[in-house]
Amino acid sequence: MSERIKVLKTYKIFIDGKFPRTESGRYYQTKNNGIPIANICMSSRKDMKNAVAAARKAFLGWSNRTAYNRSQILYRIAEMLETRKSQFLEELVLQGWTNKNAELEIYKTIDRIIYFAGWADKINQVFGSVNPVATSHFNFTMLEPMGVVGLITNEETPLLAIASCIIPAIVSGNTVVVIASEKAPLSALTFAEVISNSDVPPGVVNILSGSKKELSPHIYSHMDVNAIGDFSNLTNDEIKLTAVENLKRIRSFGASEISNDNFDSPYVIKDFMEAKTTWHPIESGFANSNSY
Amino acid sequence: MINFFSNTKVDKVGIEDRVSRISKRSLKSDAKLDGLKMILSMIDLTTLEGMDTVLKVQQLCYKATHLHYQISNLPNVAAVCVYPNMVKTAVDALKGTDVKVASVATAFPSGNSTLEIKIKDTKEAIINGADEVDMVISRGKFHSGEYNYVYDEIAAIKEVCGEKVRLKVILETGELGDFDHIRMASEIAINAGADFIKTSTGKISPAATLPITLVMLETIKDFYYKTGKIVGMKPAGGISNSKLALQYLMLVKETLGPIWLDKKWFRFGASSLANDVLMQIVKQQTGKYQSKNYFSND
Repeated sequence: MSERIKVLKTYKIFIDGKFPRTESGRYYQTKNNGIPIANICMSSRKDMKNAVAAARKAFLGWSNRTAYNRSQILYRIAEMLETRKSQFLEELVLQGWTNKNAELEIYKTIDRIIYFAGWADKINQVFGSVNPVATSHFNFTMLEPMGVVGLITNEETPLLAIASCIIPAIVSGNTVVVIASEKAPLSALTFAEVISNSDVPPGVVNILSGSKKELSPHIYSHMDVNAIGDFSNLTNDEIKLTAVENLKRIRSFGASEISNDNFDSPYVIKDFMEAKTTWHPIESGFANSNSY
Repeated sequence: MINFFSNTKVDKVGIEDRVSRISKRSLKSDAKLDGLKMILSMIDLTTLEGMDTVLKVQQLCYKATHLHYQISNLPNVAAVCVYPNMVKTAVDALKGTDVKVASVATAFPSGNSTLEIKIKDTKEAIINGADEVDMVISRGKFHSGEYNYVYDEIAAIKEVCGEKVRLKVILETGELGDFDHIRMASEIAINAGADFIKTSTGKISPAATLPITLVMLETIKDFYYKTGKIVGMKPAGGISNSKLALQYLMLVKETLGPIWLDKKWFRFGASSLANDVLMQIVKQQTGKYQSKNYFSND
């Protein structure tokens, strides 16, 4: 019997809860030591446009869920990841990681998801406030999700980075479009499979693979994206300036910052939230009349 | 007996094949921009809700003539389409512009009323200043085989409209069944004097689709070859994005030719299409994907 020909998996992208191939039909191969590992979709800007539209559509439903419910769903992601450890390990090793480093990255990722999941129903207790004011108003500040967040992951820690960018953004009710690691996209695309099996509603997380250089200008300039989390350190200032037009917030994270345990902080969640202050008039009634 | 329909059978497979080839094509750059502007000029900006108010109609009329505050060289839409009781409001709001006022009539959307009331409905719309009347056919009568009734009714309404007011006949294809029925209803409407044939009220799903539109365009073509008379086409309902609207234009151009690529002979009945087209035009001009937040509400 002749030797079996190995079948290379095509890792598909993740838009609106489905796994389509890129509309452009383009693909590239990731390699380790010159040997092809997998076929990867080379997403186009139209895929990105579709992903943003899906994220926008999902935003209202996701942000209106109770914080408790969002937290349960994020815990579920961690559970699913735990049961698929071996696949992630295999893929990281395939992409050139040592067994030990891969294991460390996986454990860190799972723990980080658990950490942030816990914050869902606590973030407003910590950062929300009742403010003293001079007039007869009850004045309070609450944090709200910003909307659609564009995320660009790094190349150094592809699994840890994808979780570190997605989870803090969606825990508060944002929806996200993520550009995966270009050289090591397997972890991100398998992470999409985990998300799709974890009760996360379609469109809340959308993951694209492809050229960061090609895709990032379009996500920076997209008028329907409200914030950018850039973990890549690749984007130049000229591209960043295009985010000004609709006043996007940009937050950049270096690779060392992500690997550091200090990343586990509610301030990362706050980075993708907007403060809303409400002036609520107080009915003063008789108390206003100086009669006592 | 007058022969007002021909029993022509529609080649379903052929229609679907044509449409599938059209819908795989896309227009680029300059042609796309021209196409988008052409779409805007062909839109019957429509509001047909039970909760329409005077202010809502006035707002729509303002939008019809002020599509965007930044883009220059934009056409106005072709017409504003409202219920008969809003015609006066629309006429006043659009005075001095080239935007026509279209009124639905004849007990829209069901068409279930007597001919007397339908005629009165139409007359009132015209007295109030409607330039165009969108009538519905009696689908119940059509399904009971009373084709004469359907024909006579359209002819009676056309008589009320006269030469000056253009009559669009809504077939409500979503309630007609297969392509053969749609072809038959199209022929009845055209022979009875329709200036336009229109797919749908927008109240029934499915509304306009490319295959149904093609069947109707083919009917218009055959009638043109036979009589030399031009009949217009108006797909309505469910056309909410630019890409699809551009495909309709391609279908019209390739089935009927460039004469029909004019608001005089082709219209889109739509409410949210205009904003999507505007978003696409801004995208073409700036290279940036747009957000609904920066465009007026429909």
